[in-house]
Amino acid sequence: MKQGRPQSAYTQLDWKFREEVASVPGGENLNKCYQCGTCNASCPVRHIDEKYNPRKIVRMAVLGMRDRVLSSDFIWLCSSCYTCRERCPQDVRLPDLMKALRNLAVKEGHAHPSYLAQAEAIASHGRLYEIEEFDNKRRQKMGLPPLPTKCEEVARILKLTEAGKTA
Amino acid sequence: MRWNGLRYALFLGCTIPARSRDYELSTRRVAERLGIELVDLNEFACCGFPIESLDQEAALLLAARNLGIAESKGLDICTLCSACTSVLTETNRRIQEDGAVRTRVKEKLAAIDKNYTGSTAVSHISRVLLKEVGVEQIEKEATHKLTSLKIAPHYGCHYLKPSDIYDRFDDPEDPKTLHRLIAATGAQVVSYEREKDCCGGGVLAVDENVALGIAREKLQHVKAAGADAICLICPFCAIMYDDNQRKIEAKFSETYGLPVIYYPQLLGLALGMSAQDLGLSRAKTEALLTKI
Repeated sequence: MKQGRPQSAYTQLDWKFREEVASVPGGENLNKCYQCGTCNASCPVRHIDEKYNPRKIVRMAVLGMRDRVLSSDFIWLCSSCYTCRERCPQDVRLPDLMKALRNLAVKEGHAHPSYLAQAEAIASHGRLYEIEEFDNKRRQKMGLPPLPTKCEEVARILKLTEAGKTA
Repeated sequence: MRWNGLRYALFLGCTIPARSRDYELSTRRVAERLGIELVDLNEFACCGFPIESLDQEAALLLAARNLGIAESKGLDICTLCSACTSVLTETNRRIQEDGAVRTRVKEKLAAIDKNYTGSTAVSHISRVLLKEVGVEQIEKEATHKLTSLKIAPHYGCHYLKPSDIYDRFDDPEDPKTLHRLIAATGAQVVSYEREKDCCGGGVLAVDENVALGIAREKLQHVKAAGADAICLICPFCAIMYDDNQRKIEAKFSETYGLPVIYYPQLLGLALGMSAQDLGLSRAKTEALLTKI
Protein backbone atom coordinates (compact mmCIF):
# COMPACT_ATOMS: atom_id res chain seq x y z
CA MET A 1 0.00 0.00 0.00
CA LYS A 2 1.18 3.53 -0.83
CA GLN A 3 2.50 5.36 2.20
CA GLY A 4 0.91 8.78 2.64
CA ARG A 5 2.12 11.59 4.90
CA PRO A 6 1.40 11.04 8.60
CA GLN A 7 -1.50 13.47 8.42
CA SER A 8 -3.36 11.53 5.70
CA ALA A 9 -2.60 8.16 7.35
CA TYR A 10 -4.15 9.54 10.49
CA THR A 11 -7.39 10.52 8.76
CA GLN A 12 -7.67 7.04 7.25
CA LEU A 13 -7.99 5.47 10.68
CA ASP A 14 -11.38 4.20 11.70
CA TRP A 15 -11.68 4.75 15.44
CA LYS A 16 -14.81 2.62 15.61
CA PHE A 17 -13.13 -0.41 14.06
CA ARG A 18 -12.08 -1.93 17.37
CA GLU A 19 -15.71 -1.80 18.53
CA GLU A 20 -16.88 -3.28 15.26
CA VAL A 21 -14.44 -6.19 15.64
CA ALA A 22 -15.38 -6.71 19.28
CA SER A 23 -19.04 -7.05 18.27
CA VAL A 24 -18.32 -10.11 16.10
CA PRO A 25 -18.05 -13.50 17.88
CA GLY A 26 -14.36 -14.18 18.47
CA GLY A 27 -13.37 -10.51 18.35
CA GLU A 28 -14.45 -9.67 21.92
CA ASN A 29 -10.95 -9.73 23.44
CA LEU A 30 -9.14 -7.65 20.82
CA ASN A 31 -8.58 -4.70 23.17
CA LYS A 32 -6.89 -6.84 25.81
CA CYS A 33 -3.73 -7.29 23.68
CA TYR A 34 -0.61 -5.68 25.21
CA GLN A 35 1.66 -6.62 22.30
CA CYS A 36 3.92 -9.12 24.09
CA GLY A 37 4.42 -11.16 20.89
CA THR A 38 3.81 -14.60 22.43
CA CYS A 39 1.56 -15.32 19.42
CA ASN A 40 4.35 -14.56 16.96
CA ALA A 41 6.84 -16.67 18.90
CA SER A 42 4.42 -19.62 18.96
CA CYS A 43 3.17 -19.43 15.39
CA PRO A 44 4.02 -22.34 13.04
CA VAL A 45 3.12 -20.24 9.98
CA ARG A 46 5.43 -17.40 11.03
CA HIS A 47 8.14 -19.98 11.74
CA ILE A 48 8.15 -20.74 8.00
CA ASP A 49 7.30 -17.31 6.57
CA GLU A 50 7.63 -14.03 8.47
CA LYS A 51 5.18 -12.26 6.18
CA TYR A 52 2.57 -13.55 8.64
CA ASN A 53 2.67 -11.39 11.75
CA PRO A 54 -0.32 -11.95 14.05
CA ARG A 55 0.91 -9.47 16.68
CA LYS A 56 1.01 -6.74 14.04
CA ILE A 57 -2.46 -7.60 12.71
CA VAL A 58 -3.88 -7.11 16.21
CA ARG A 59 -2.07 -3.77 16.55
CA MET A 60 -3.36 -2.58 13.19
CA ALA A 61 -6.90 -3.58 14.15
CA VAL A 62 -6.67 -1.78 17.51
CA LEU A 63 -5.37 1.36 15.78
CA GLY A 64 -8.31 1.32 13.36
CA MET A 65 -6.54 0.45 10.10
CA ARG A 66 -9.79 -1.06 8.90
CA ASP A 67 -9.31 -1.13 5.11
CA ARG A 68 -5.76 -2.44 5.26
CA VAL A 69 -6.64 -5.21 7.69
CA LEU A 70 -9.80 -6.36 5.91
CA SER A 71 -8.38 -6.27 2.39
CA SER A 72 -5.08 -7.95 3.21
CA ASP A 73 -4.20 -11.58 2.49
CA PHE A 74 -2.56 -12.11 5.84
CA ILE A 75 -5.75 -12.50 7.88
CA TRP A 76 -6.31 -15.71 5.86
CA LEU A 77 -2.92 -17.19 6.82
CA CYS A 78 -3.76 -18.35 10.35
CA SER A 79 -3.70 -22.17 10.35
CA SER A 80 -5.99 -22.21 13.43
CA CYS A 81 -3.59 -24.48 15.32
CA TYR A 82 -4.59 -22.71 18.56
CA THR A 83 -1.05 -22.71 20.00
CA CYS A 84 -1.16 -18.93 20.52
CA ARG A 85 -4.63 -19.16 22.03
CA GLU A 86 -3.27 -21.61 24.63
CA ARG A 87 -0.33 -19.34 25.46
CA CYS A 88 -1.72 -15.80 25.19
CA PRO A 89 -1.42 -14.19 28.66
CA GLN A 90 -4.30 -11.86 27.83
CA ASP A 91 -6.68 -14.44 26.35
CA VAL A 92 -6.97 -12.50 23.09
CA ARG A 93 -7.90 -15.76 21.29
CA LEU A 94 -6.13 -14.99 18.05
CA PRO A 95 -7.58 -17.82 15.91
CA ASP A 96 -11.09 -16.70 16.91
CA LEU A 97 -10.15 -13.09 16.23
CA MET A 98 -8.89 -14.06 12.76
CA LYS A 99 -12.26 -15.71 12.07
CA ALA A 100 -14.03 -12.52 13.19
CA LEU A 101 -11.82 -10.41 10.89
CA ARG A 102 -12.39 -12.82 8.00
CA ASN A 103 -16.17 -12.65 8.52
CA LEU A 104 -15.95 -8.83 8.32
CA ALA A 105 -13.69 -9.02 5.26
CA VAL A 106 -16.24 -11.29 3.56
CA LYS A 107 -18.93 -8.62 4.01
CA GLU A 108 -16.61 -6.10 2.35
CA GLY A 109 -16.19 -8.39 -0.65
CA HIS A 110 -12.72 -9.64 0.33
CA ALA A 111 -13.49 -13.33 0.82
CA HIS A 112 -10.53 -15.55 -0.01
CA PRO A 113 -11.28 -17.38 -3.29
CA SER A 114 -10.29 -20.79 -1.84
CA TYR A 115 -12.87 -20.45 0.90
CA LEU A 116 -15.53 -19.41 -1.59
CA ALA A 117 -14.75 -22.47 -3.69
CA GLN A 118 -15.09 -24.65 -0.57
CA ALA A 119 -18.46 -23.08 0.27
CA GLU A 120 -19.67 -23.73 -3.26
CA ALA A 121 -18.65 -27.38 -3.05
CA ILE A 122 -20.38 -27.77 0.30
CA ALA A 123 -23.56 -26.15 -1.01
CA SER A 124 -23.62 -28.48 -4.04
CA HIS A 125 -22.69 -31.76 -2.38
CA GLY A 126 -23.28 -31.26 1.36
CA ARG A 127 -19.58 -32.02 1.73
CA LEU A 128 -16.25 -30.51 0.78
CA TYR A 129 -15.45 -33.42 -1.52
CA GLU A 130 -18.13 -34.75 -3.81
CA ILE A 131 -19.13 -38.37 -3.36
CA GLU A 132 -20.00 -39.62 -6.83
CA GLU A 133 -21.43 -42.98 -7.83
CA PHE A 134 -17.89 -44.00 -8.70
CA ASP A 135 -16.77 -43.27 -5.12
CA ASN A 136 -19.67 -45.25 -3.73
CA LYS A 137 -18.70 -48.21 -5.90
CA ARG A 138 -15.17 -48.03 -4.53
CA ARG A 139 -16.53 -47.73 -1.02
CA GLN A 140 -18.74 -50.78 -1.46
CA LYS A 141 -15.81 -52.74 -2.87
CA MET A 142 -13.93 -52.01 0.36
CA GLY A 143 -16.90 -53.05 2.46
CA LEU A 144 -17.90 -49.48 3.33
CA PRO A 145 -21.53 -48.32 3.15
CA PRO A 146 -22.56 -45.96 0.33
CA LEU A 147 -23.21 -42.30 1.16
CA PRO A 148 -25.71 -39.78 -0.20
CA THR A 149 -24.29 -37.61 -2.98
CA LYS A 150 -26.25 -34.48 -2.01
CA CYS A 151 -27.69 -32.72 1.04
CA GLU A 152 -30.42 -30.22 0.27
CA GLU A 153 -30.59 -28.94 3.88
CA VAL A 154 -26.97 -27.81 3.84
CA ALA A 155 -27.62 -25.76 0.70
CA ARG A 156 -30.65 -24.22 2.41
CA ILE A 157 -28.67 -23.27 5.53
CA LEU A 158 -26.00 -21.64 3.39
CA LYS A 159 -28.60 -19.76 1.35
CA LEU A 160 -30.15 -18.34 4.51
CA THR A 161 -26.84 -16.92 5.76
CA GLU A 162 -24.02 -14.63 4.68
CA ALA A 163 -22.07 -17.61 3.30
CA GLY A 164 -24.76 -18.11 0.65
CA LYS A 165 -24.72 -14.49 -0.50
CA THR A 166 -21.00 -14.63 -1.21
CA ALA A 167 -20.68 -18.17 -2.58
CA MET B 1 -16.90 -57.37 28.72
CA ARG B 2 -17.38 -54.21 30.75
CA TRP B 3 -17.10 -51.82 27.83
CA ASN B 4 -19.80 -53.58 25.87
CA GLY B 5 -22.85 -51.56 25.02
CA LEU B 6 -20.85 -48.66 23.62
CA ARG B 7 -22.88 -47.21 20.78
CA TYR B 8 -22.18 -44.06 18.75
CA ALA B 9 -23.28 -42.33 15.60
CA LEU B 10 -20.17 -42.40 13.36
CA PHE B 11 -19.45 -38.91 12.07
CA LEU B 12 -17.27 -39.15 8.95
CA GLY B 13 -17.21 -35.51 7.83
CA CYS B 14 -15.99 -34.59 4.34
CA THR B 15 -12.39 -35.71 4.00
CA ILE B 16 -12.60 -39.26 5.33
CA PRO B 17 -15.20 -40.87 3.04
CA ALA B 18 -13.55 -39.36 -0.05
CA ARG B 19 -9.84 -39.35 0.75
CA SER B 20 -9.13 -41.40 3.89
CA ARG B 21 -11.17 -44.54 3.43
CA ASP B 22 -8.33 -46.53 5.02
CA TYR B 23 -8.88 -44.62 8.27
CA GLU B 24 -12.61 -45.26 8.09
CA LEU B 25 -12.18 -48.95 7.28
CA SER B 26 -9.65 -49.61 10.05
CA THR B 27 -11.76 -47.71 12.59
CA ARG B 28 -14.84 -49.77 11.74
CA ARG B 29 -12.89 -53.04 11.99
CA VAL B 30 -11.19 -52.17 15.27
CA ALA B 31 -14.40 -50.83 16.81
CA GLU B 32 -16.25 -54.00 15.90
CA ARG B 33 -13.54 -56.13 17.50
CA LEU B 34 -13.58 -54.09 20.70
CA GLY B 35 -17.36 -54.11 21.01
CA ILE B 36 -18.00 -50.49 19.99
CA GLU B 37 -21.08 -50.21 17.79
CA LEU B 38 -20.79 -47.45 15.17
CA VAL B 39 -24.12 -46.45 13.62
CA ASP B 40 -24.26 -44.76 10.20
CA LEU B 41 -26.65 -41.82 9.92
CA ASN B 42 -27.01 -40.90 6.26
CA GLU B 43 -28.22 -37.38 6.98
CA PHE B 44 -24.87 -36.26 8.40
CA ALA B 45 -23.09 -33.71 6.20
CA CYS B 46 -20.28 -31.12 6.53
CA CYS B 47 -19.47 -30.25 10.18
CA GLY B 48 -19.24 -26.52 9.39
CA PHE B 49 -15.48 -26.06 9.87
CA PRO B 50 -14.67 -24.83 6.33
CA ILE B 51 -17.50 -22.27 6.53
CA GLU B 52 -16.43 -20.60 9.80
CA SER B 53 -14.09 -18.18 8.06
CA LEU B 54 -16.84 -16.93 5.74
CA ASP B 55 -19.71 -16.90 8.18
CA GLN B 56 -19.60 -18.24 11.72
CA GLU B 57 -23.37 -18.23 11.99
CA ALA B 58 -23.71 -20.62 9.03
CA ALA B 59 -21.02 -22.86 10.50
CA LEU B 60 -22.84 -22.89 13.84
CA LEU B 61 -26.05 -24.01 12.15
CA LEU B 62 -24.31 -26.71 10.09
CA ALA B 63 -22.71 -28.09 13.26
CA ALA B 64 -25.97 -27.86 15.23
CA ARG B 65 -27.82 -29.64 12.43
CA ASN B 66 -25.47 -32.64 12.74
CA LEU B 67 -25.70 -32.64 16.54
CA GLY B 68 -29.49 -32.57 16.25
CA ILE B 69 -29.56 -35.52 13.83
CA ALA B 70 -27.67 -37.64 16.40
CA GLU B 71 -29.89 -36.34 19.21
CA SER B 72 -33.05 -37.39 17.36
CA LYS B 73 -31.72 -40.96 17.36
CA GLY B 74 -30.65 -40.78 20.99
CA LEU B 75 -26.99 -41.28 20.08
CA ASP B 76 -23.74 -39.61 21.03
CA ILE B 77 -21.26 -38.87 18.24
CA CYS B 78 -17.91 -40.52 17.57
CA THR B 79 -15.68 -38.48 15.24
CA LEU B 80 -12.53 -39.40 13.33
CA CYS B 81 -11.44 -35.98 12.08
CA SER B 82 -10.01 -33.56 14.64
CA ALA B 83 -11.42 -30.46 12.93
CA CYS B 84 -14.94 -31.94 13.00
CA THR B 85 -14.37 -32.79 16.67
CA SER B 86 -13.45 -29.24 17.60
CA VAL B 87 -16.29 -27.54 15.69
CA LEU B 88 -18.95 -29.94 16.98
CA THR B 89 -17.60 -29.70 20.55
CA GLU B 90 -17.34 -25.92 20.52
CA THR B 91 -20.82 -25.52 19.01
CA ASN B 92 -22.18 -27.87 21.64
CA ARG B 93 -20.65 -25.72 24.37
CA ARG B 94 -22.13 -22.53 22.98
CA ILE B 95 -25.60 -24.06 22.65
CA GLN B 96 -25.44 -25.63 26.12
CA GLU B 97 -24.08 -22.56 27.91
CA ASP B 98 -25.73 -19.65 26.11
CA GLY B 99 -29.53 -19.48 26.18
CA ALA B 100 -29.65 -16.81 23.46
CA VAL B 101 -27.61 -19.00 21.08
CA ARG B 102 -29.82 -21.97 21.94
CA THR B 103 -33.00 -20.05 21.10
CA ARG B 104 -31.56 -18.67 17.87
CA VAL B 105 -30.39 -22.12 16.72
CA LYS B 106 -33.80 -23.57 17.52
CA GLU B 107 -35.54 -20.93 15.43
CA LYS B 108 -33.20 -21.20 12.47
CA LEU B 109 -33.07 -25.00 12.42
CA ALA B 110 -36.88 -25.05 12.41
CA ALA B 111 -36.67 -23.67 8.86
CA ILE B 112 -35.20 -27.01 7.75
CA ASP B 113 -37.36 -29.07 10.12
CA LYS B 114 -34.49 -29.83 12.45
CA ASN B 115 -33.97 -29.24 16.13
CA TYR B 116 -31.18 -29.49 18.68
CA THR B 117 -31.52 -29.06 22.43
CA GLY B 118 -27.92 -29.73 23.50
CA SER B 119 -27.81 -33.34 24.70
CA THR B 120 -25.37 -34.94 22.24
CA ALA B 121 -21.86 -35.70 23.52
CA VAL B 122 -19.00 -35.66 20.99
CA SER B 123 -15.86 -37.81 21.32
CA HIS B 124 -12.98 -38.44 18.96
CA ILE B 125 -12.35 -42.18 18.42
CA SER B 126 -9.02 -41.84 20.27
CA ARG B 127 -10.86 -40.58 23.33
CA VAL B 128 -13.44 -43.35 23.08
CA LEU B 129 -10.57 -45.82 23.13
CA LEU B 130 -8.91 -44.01 26.05
CA LYS B 131 -11.94 -43.29 28.19
CA GLU B 132 -14.41 -46.04 27.42
CA VAL B 133 -12.28 -49.02 26.46
CA GLY B 134 -9.20 -48.02 28.45
CA VAL B 135 -5.49 -48.44 27.83
CA GLU B 136 -5.28 -51.51 30.08
CA GLN B 137 -7.97 -53.31 28.13
CA ILE B 138 -6.34 -52.38 24.83
CA GLU B 139 -3.06 -53.81 26.15
CA LYS B 140 -4.86 -57.06 26.99
CA GLU B 141 -6.57 -57.28 23.60
CA ALA B 142 -3.42 -56.43 21.64
CA THR B 143 -1.97 -59.92 21.55
CA HIS B 144 0.26 -59.32 18.52
CA LYS B 145 2.62 -56.84 20.18
CA LEU B 146 4.42 -54.57 17.73
CA THR B 147 7.63 -54.47 19.79
CA SER B 148 9.88 -54.12 16.75
CA LEU B 149 8.27 -50.87 15.60
CA LYS B 150 9.36 -47.33 16.46
CA ILE B 151 6.37 -45.03 16.10
CA ALA B 152 6.31 -41.21 16.22
CA PRO B 153 3.02 -39.77 17.53
CA HIS B 154 1.51 -36.74 15.81
CA TYR B 155 -1.29 -35.17 17.82
CA GLY B 156 -2.19 -32.41 15.39
CA CYS B 157 -4.06 -29.43 16.71
CA HIS B 158 -7.79 -29.84 17.16
CA TYR B 159 -7.66 -33.11 19.07
CA LEU B 160 -6.19 -31.18 22.03
CA LYS B 161 -6.95 -27.52 21.39
CA PRO B 162 -8.57 -25.24 22.30
CA SER B 163 -8.02 -27.15 25.54
CA ASP B 164 -10.82 -25.38 27.43
CA ILE B 165 -13.53 -26.88 25.20
CA TYR B 166 -12.11 -30.33 25.94
CA ASP B 167 -11.83 -29.76 29.71
CA ARG B 168 -8.05 -30.16 29.31
CA PHE B 169 -8.20 -33.97 29.19
CA ASP B 170 -4.55 -33.84 28.10
CA ASP B 171 -1.85 -31.20 28.49
CA PRO B 172 -1.70 -29.23 25.20
CA GLU B 173 1.94 -28.31 25.91
CA ASP B 174 3.01 -31.84 26.82
CA PRO B 175 0.41 -34.31 25.58
CA LYS B 176 0.66 -37.97 26.52
CA THR B 177 -2.60 -39.69 25.56
CA LEU B 178 -1.53 -40.77 22.06
CA HIS B 179 1.82 -41.90 23.51
CA ARG B 180 -0.14 -44.18 25.86
CA LEU B 181 -2.36 -45.54 23.10
CA ILE B 182 0.66 -46.33 20.90
CA ALA B 183 2.53 -47.93 23.81
CA ALA B 184 -0.50 -50.21 24.41
CA THR B 185 0.19 -51.86 21.02
CA GLY B 186 3.67 -52.79 22.23
CA ALA B 187 5.33 -50.36 19.81
CA GLN B 188 8.15 -48.13 21.00
CA VAL B 189 7.07 -44.47 21.14
CA VAL B 190 9.63 -42.16 19.54
CA SER B 191 9.89 -38.57 20.74
CA TYR B 192 11.10 -35.90 18.34
CA GLU B 193 11.72 -32.18 18.06
CA ARG B 194 8.71 -29.85 17.72
CA GLU B 195 6.37 -32.76 18.36
CA LYS B 196 3.28 -30.62 18.87
CA ASP B 197 3.64 -28.64 15.64
CA CYS B 198 0.70 -28.22 13.29
CA CYS B 199 0.68 -30.18 9.99
CA GLY B 200 0.10 -27.00 7.97
CA GLY B 201 -3.17 -28.30 6.52
CA GLY B 202 -5.06 -25.23 7.71
CA VAL B 203 -3.25 -22.99 5.22
CA LEU B 204 -2.89 -25.44 2.33
CA ALA B 205 -5.67 -23.78 0.34
CA VAL B 206 -4.34 -20.28 1.05
CA ASP B 207 -0.57 -20.63 0.69
CA GLU B 208 0.78 -23.97 -0.45
CA ASN B 209 4.42 -23.00 0.03
CA VAL B 210 3.88 -22.25 3.70
CA ALA B 211 1.80 -25.39 4.25
CA LEU B 212 4.39 -27.65 2.61
CA GLY B 213 7.16 -25.90 4.53
CA ILE B 214 5.45 -26.62 7.84
CA ALA B 215 4.84 -30.28 6.94
CA ARG B 216 8.42 -30.68 5.72
CA GLU B 217 9.85 -29.75 9.13
CA LYS B 218 7.81 -32.46 10.78
CA LEU B 219 9.04 -35.05 8.28
CA GLN B 220 12.62 -33.92 8.96
CA HIS B 221 12.29 -34.22 12.74
CA VAL B 222 10.47 -37.56 12.66
CA LYS B 223 13.07 -38.97 10.26
CA ALA B 224 15.95 -37.65 12.37
CA ALA B 225 14.50 -39.39 15.43
CA GLY B 226 14.68 -42.73 13.60
CA ALA B 227 10.95 -43.53 13.57
CA ASP B 228 9.60 -46.28 11.31
CA ALA B 229 6.32 -44.40 10.83
CA ILE B 230 4.35 -41.37 11.95
CA CYS B 231 1.05 -42.18 13.63
CA LEU B 232 -1.95 -39.90 12.96
CA ILE B 233 -5.49 -39.40 14.22
CA CYS B 234 -6.75 -36.81 11.71
CA PRO B 235 -7.30 -37.17 7.92
CA PHE B 236 -6.07 -33.68 7.13
CA CYS B 237 -2.70 -34.40 8.71
CA ALA B 238 -2.53 -37.41 6.38
CA ILE B 239 -3.13 -35.17 3.38
CA MET B 240 -0.06 -33.19 4.43
CA TYR B 241 2.27 -36.05 5.41
CA ASP B 242 1.12 -38.80 3.06
CA ASP B 243 -0.58 -37.31 -0.02
CA ASN B 244 1.84 -34.36 -0.14
CA GLN B 245 5.03 -36.18 0.88
CA ARG B 246 6.13 -36.71 -2.74
CA LYS B 247 5.46 -33.07 -3.51
CA ILE B 248 7.58 -31.98 -0.53
CA GLU B 249 10.36 -34.32 -1.60
CA ALA B 250 10.32 -32.91 -5.12
CA LYS B 251 10.08 -29.27 -4.03
CA PHE B 252 12.99 -29.45 -1.60
CA SER B 253 15.00 -32.18 -3.42
CA GLU B 254 14.89 -34.42 -0.36
CA THR B 255 13.89 -38.01 0.30
CA TYR B 256 11.81 -39.06 3.27
CA GLY B 257 9.92 -42.24 2.35
CA LEU B 258 8.18 -42.02 5.71
CA PRO B 259 5.23 -44.40 6.16
CA VAL B 260 2.09 -42.78 7.55
CA ILE B 261 -0.27 -44.87 9.66
CA TYR B 262 -3.54 -44.05 11.42
CA TYR B 263 -3.83 -45.16 15.02
CA PRO B 264 -6.69 -47.62 14.33
CA GLN B 265 -4.49 -49.25 11.68
CA LEU B 266 -1.65 -49.63 14.17
CA LEU B 267 -4.04 -50.99 16.79
CA GLY B 268 -5.59 -53.34 14.22
CA LEU B 269 -2.17 -54.84 13.46
CA ALA B 270 -1.66 -55.40 17.19
CA LEU B 271 -5.07 -57.07 17.35
CA GLY B 272 -3.83 -59.50 14.69
CA MET B 273 -5.72 -58.10 11.71
CA SER B 274 -4.23 -58.20 8.22
CA ALA B 275 -2.81 -55.14 6.47
CA GLN B 276 -5.45 -55.53 3.77
CA ASP B 277 -8.29 -55.60 6.30
CA LEU B 278 -7.00 -52.30 7.67
CA GLY B 279 -6.65 -50.62 4.28
CA LEU B 280 -2.88 -50.38 4.61
CA SER B 281 -1.34 -49.77 1.22
CA ARG B 282 1.37 -52.34 0.53
CA ALA B 283 3.27 -49.91 -1.65
CA LYS B 284 3.47 -47.24 1.01
CA THR B 285 3.95 -49.35 4.13
CA GLU B 286 6.00 -52.31 2.88
CA ALA B 287 9.06 -51.31 4.90
CA LEU B 288 6.93 -51.01 8.02
CA LEU B 289 5.06 -54.28 7.57
CA THR B 290 8.18 -56.34 6.93
CA LYS B 291 9.59 -55.17 10.29
CA ILE B 292 6.71 -56.67 12.27
